[in-house]
Amino acid sequence: MTVATEPKYDLQSKIEEIVGEYGAKPTALIMILQDVQKHYRYLPEDALRAVAKSMKLPLAQIYGVATFYRAFTLKPIGKNHICVCTGTACHVRQAVVIVDKLERDLGISAGETTANGEVSLETVNCLGACALGPLVTANGVYYGNMTVNKVDKMLSEVLHKKRVSETTEEAA
Amino acid sequence: MSTNRLNSPAELVALKERLEKNRNANKTVVTVCAGTGCMACGCEAVLKTFREECAKDRLENEVEIKATGCHGFCERGPLVVVHPLGVFYQRVKPADAKLIWEQTVKGGHLVNKLLYRDPQSNQIIKNEKDIPFYKKQMRIIFGKNGFMDPTAINDYILLGGYQALAMALTKMTPEQIIDEVKKSGLRGRGGGGFPTGKKWATCRAVKVEPKYTICNADEGDPGAFMDRSLLEGNPHQVIEGMLIGAFAIGSHEGFVYVRNEYPLAVKNLTVAIKAARDYGFLGENILGTGFSFDIEISRGGGAFVCGESTALMASLEGKVGEPRAKYIHTVESGLYDKPSNLNNVETWANIPPILERGAEWFASIGTEGSKGTKVFALTGKVNNTGLVEVPMGITLREILYDIGGGVPRGKKFKAVQTGGPSGGTLIVETAEPRIHASMVAYGDLRDEDEAVSLLDLPIDFDELTRAGSMMGSGGMIVMDEDSCMVDIARYFIHFLTEESCGKCVPCREGLVVMLNILQKISDGTGTIEDIEYLEELSQVIIDTSLCQLGGSAPNPVLSTIRYFRQEFLAHVIDKRCPAGVCKNLVSHAIDNSCNGCHACLKSCPTNAIVGEPKRLHYIIQDKCIQCGACYQICRYNSIKRIKHGEGDKLQERARELWQPPLKKVPAEVA
Repeated sequence: MTVATEPKYDLQSKIEEIVGEYGAKPTALIMILQDVQKHYRYLPEDALRAVAKSMKLPLAQIYGVATFYRAFTLKPIGKNHICVCTGTACHVRQAVVIVDKLERDLGISAGETTANGEVSLETVNCLGACALGPLVTANGVYYGNMTVNKVDKMLSEVLHKKRVSETTEEAA
Repeated sequence: MSTNRLNSPAELVALKERLEKNRNANKTVVTVCAGTGCMACGCEAVLKTFREECAKDRLENEVEIKATGCHGFCERGPLVVVHPLGVFYQRVKPADAKLIWEQTVKGGHLVNKLLYRDPQSNQIIKNEKDIPFYKKQMRIIFGKNGFMDPTAINDYILLGGYQALAMALTKMTPEQIIDEVKKSGLRGRGGGGFPTGKKWATCRAVKVEPKYTICNADEGDPGAFMDRSLLEGNPHQVIEGMLIGAFAIGSHEGFVYVRNEYPLAVKNLTVAIKAARDYGFLGENILGTGFSFDIEISRGGGAFVCGESTALMASLEGKVGEPRAKYIHTVESGLYDKPSNLNNVETWANIPPILERGAEWFASIGTEGSKGTKVFALTGKVNNTGLVEVPMGITLREILYDIGGGVPRGKKFKAVQTGGPSGGTLIVETAEPRIHASMVAYGDLRDEDEAVSLLDLPIDFDELTRAGSMMGSGGMIVMDEDSCMVDIARYFIHFLTEESCGKCVPCREGLVVMLNILQKISDGTGTIEDIEYLEELSQVIIDTSLCQLGGSAPNPVLSTIRYFRQEFLAHVIDKRCPAGVCKNLVSHAIDNSCNGCHACLKSCPTNAIVGEPKRLHYIIQDKCIQCGACYQICRYNSIKRIKHGEGDKLQERARELWQPPLKKVPAEVA
C-alpha cells in the first residue's frame, strides 16, 4: 500500500503535518489517528511510531488507543471496502444471509481481505439507515434492501467500478 | 470582528424581522430531505435535477431549492415537499424530479403517482401532516427539520432560533433557568432518565472552575439514529440548548463527542458552529451580555462503551474509553477531574422549546413521571420505518400499528425490542399462538393477559423499566414470527462481548460465558440447566459490573427468557427452533404450494434445489446448508423452515419427482 512506496522521511513529515493541525494536544490523539488512518487507509506501525515521536507520548499508549477503538485497523484494507450492516434492524431482516453469501463468494471471513488485496469485507454495527435494511455499503455506495440475488450484481459493480460514491460518506 | 456579529438581543430581533420582511411567503420552495436515509436512497441526484431544471428555466429568483434535514419517514425516501402548497412526494427518483418540476412547481398540478397512498384505505394523501405516519406524532424537536437548511443559520433564526438563548441571557438568572428545567420535568434522553434540572443544579453548586458542558452524540446503540438526524438536520437547536445549559451551570467550554461514523452530522455541526461563532452566539461576550462559551467537536473512535459518561470523558481526553466507578459523580469531577455536565443530543435539543414555551406547557405533555416527547427510531419488521416523535405515555400499539403501519407481508407481530443492547425484548402477541403441542407440557407458558396488556403499555421511562426493558436512547426494533428470540439474545450478547471494554471481570468474562451458553442452545446442545445458569449468571453480572454497560448487559437475555421461555425450552428439549433461524435445528423444505417460479433454484449457492420451471421444486436435504437464501427469495411462502431432519417428510411428493438421480418426470404432474 501507500506506506510501502512512501519513503520514511515523507511519512514522518506527513505525520508531523497531521499532528501539527491539532497542536500535538494529547486529547486529540483519537482524531489524529483517524486522520492518519484516512491517509494510509490503515495504521501502519511506522506511522504509530512517528505519532509517538512527534506527540512525545509512549508508543504503548498510542497502541492501546489504536487497538481499543473499533474504527482503527492495523492491517491494510483492500482496494474495495464492503461493509455489511449487522445492526439490530438489519439483523432481524436477515443480514446474516447476506454476510454468509459474501463470505462464500469472496472466500474470506468478515474482517478479512482477499489474498489479492482487492476486497475487504467487514460487518458494522449500525449505519443508521435502518429503513433500507439489510444494508450494504461498498466503497461508500449504499445498497439497500439487499437480498442474496442482488449480491452478484453488487459485486460485479464494485469490482468493475460501475458506480462511484456521490455521497459524503467516505469509506472509513 | 465579523460584520454578521450580533451585539445585543435587540440586534437578533432586528435580524429576524429583516429576514421575515425579505421573505416572500408565496415563493415556491422545493424541499428535499437530505438526511442520511434519503441520501442512501439517492436524494442527491434528485436535488441536482431540481437545481438543473431551475437553472435551465432561469427561475432561481422565483423558486428556492432547499436540502433539509431528516423528515423522519425514511421508509419512503427520498422525500420532496413543495411549499407553500405543502404537497408531499415520496420515493422520488431523479426522473420524477423533472416531472414534479414541470407539473407541480411550474404547472401547479399534482403528480398523483408520487403522492402517498394509504395502504389501508387506498386514499391518496396530499399533505405531510395528514399521513397516518405523522398524524399521531408530536414534533417538538423534529418540527423544524423539514423547513430549514441545516447549514443556513438564517433559516433557524427565521424559525425563532436563538430567541430562547437571548431570553435566558438577559431576562433570567441561572437559578431561574435551572428551576424552569426542573419544573418542566425533563429527564435525560440518553437512556438513564436522570432529571436534567437536578443534574444542572448539582453541577452549578460545585465551586470548581472550569466547568465543562458536554453533548453526548456517541450514538452507538444499533438501530437508533435520532441523535444523528438531529445533529444533521438541526444542529443549531442543539448548540442553543448547550449554550443555555452552560450559562445555567456557569461553564465556558463545551464539547460535542460525535461518532466519526456520522460524517454528515460532523459536517453540518462544523458548519453550524462556525456560523454561530460568526454571529456571536459562540465565543466571547455573547450577544453583548458578557457571557462567553465555545464548543469543540471531538470525533469518537467507534466504541459502544463511550456512550457511558465516564468512558466518554476518558475518550475526550484522548485515552482508552474505559469507565470508572461513579461514587464521585461526573458533575463534580468529570473531564480533566473538573465538574462536567453531560447530556444527550436530544436532551439538549429539548431545552430551547422549554424556555420558549414555558415549563408548564412542557410538563403538560406526557405522563406523571416522564414529560415531553421522545423520539423513537422505529425499525425492523415494520411497514413504516423511520423516526417518530411521540408524546410520552403513548402506547406501543399506537406506535406499532397507527404510526408504524403494522408488520409487513402479513407476518405476525412477535416482539419489540427497546433500549438497544442494554434494554429488553418485550411481549409477544400473535393472533393464534404458534405453540407446539408439546410445549404445553412444560408449563410456564407466557401469561396471555400480560402479553396483551404490554401492547397497551404506555411508553415512558418507568413503565419500560418495570416491564424489564428500558427507554435507552430510543431504538425500537420490531420483530415478527421469523425472529428467533434465542438468536436475538445471542446477537446482543455477541455485540456486547465485542464492545465490553475489558476493565472489569464480570462483564468481560461473564458475557463470554453467556455467549457460549446461548450458542450451545442455538446449536441444539443446550439443557434446561443452561437456562437456569444463564439467569443466575445474569444476576451476578448485574450486581457486580462496574458500569451501566455491564450492569444492563444481561437485560436482553433476561427479558427474552422472561417473555419467551417456551422458545428457549423448544430449543433445549424439542431441539427445534420455532422461528426457523438457528441453523442446526432447522431444515428447509418446499411444500406443495410451489408453483415452480424457479427463483429459489437460482439463488441456491450449493445447487441443492432441483426442479423445472412451473413444476414443483425439491431441496436435496444433504446438500442444503440452511443459508436461508431461498426462503428470502420465495414470494409464495412455499419454502418452509421446519424441524431439522423433517425436510423430506414435507417434500414427499417432490422427492418422488426429483430424487437424484433424476427420474423421468411423470406426465400428469406437468
